[in-house]
Amino acid sequence: MAMSRNEILDQVKEVLVDALGLDEDEVTEGATLMGDLGAESIDFLDIVFRLEKTFGIKVPREELFPAESLMNNPDFVSGGKLTPKGLAEFKARMPHSDFSKFEANPDINKLTDLFTVAAVVNFVERKLNQAA
Amino acid sequence: MRWIWIDKFVEFESGMRAVALKNVTLAEEHLHDHFPGFPVMPECLMIEGMAQTAGILVGEARGFSEKVILAKIKNAVFHHYVRPGDTILIHAEMESIAPEAASTTGKITRGDTVIAEISLMFSHIDKNLAGKEFPEENFVFTDMFNSLLRGFVGQKKESKP
Repeated sequence: MAMSRNEILDQVKEVLVDALGLDEDEVTEGATLMGDLGAESIDFLDIVFRLEKTFGIKVPREELFPAESLMNNPDFVSGGKLTPKGLAEFKARMPHSDFSKFEANPDINKLTDLFTVAAVVNFVERKLNQAA
Repeated sequence: MRWIWIDKFVEFESGMRAVALKNVTLAEEHLHDHFPGFPVMPECLMIEGMAQTAGILVGEARGFSEKVILAKIKNAVFHHYVRPGDTILIHAEMESIAPEAASTTGKITRGDTVIAEISLMFSHIDKNLAGKEFPEENFVFTDMFNSLLRGFVGQKKESKP
């Protein structure tokens, strides 16, 4: 039986609580992994491994967190902001993230705000649906 | 000199699991201060022993081509003291391995007693710190480390048809 979004959210919360040493009430859907929850680069790999184990899915890191490979492309980034082409590319690569706030001012320093708890839940939901 | 916190491997299954043995002795000078009159193996050194056991397991899985660095202590729980004269076994199991990193779980036992449970994450640093330069040679897996595996990894390769 397919998991409901709430069931996925609960398990994602558990993954983040374990991986980042948090209290459960800190993990809200709107929380950003780096800014609010204090995740560092190695934590992202830890989270990826835990998601794979918890949900039995394959999580290529560049799918969930594609920023690294796109940031160095001058077509996509100019003057510290994403170009329209860059923004389109990021949106295409990260359908699990909500760009509505970021779009107004696509400052690359704000890119990390796209990695929210909700984005991880969306990502897992899509993966599970693909597998189903 | 590397401070090696395991004496030898007693089991080694490539990419799967490894068990290392350490004999704890009062000849280890730090035990005289940790603590005066009450010598016990520091818990941080048990973590280091696990990091070496699991780190070699991770390194061997990729033919020692990666520079494997302890990146994160996911979990470390200690249930009992380890004293001079104790023989401990450090059991490490591979949980996940990817091009950039690996995670392991494990425990330390003395006889039937579980002393500690330790889960770690390792980074393959060349894959994760792009743009930073590291020496070509693998400074993680030195001869001293490799000598620990003699009789396990070599033997296994030789026995292949």
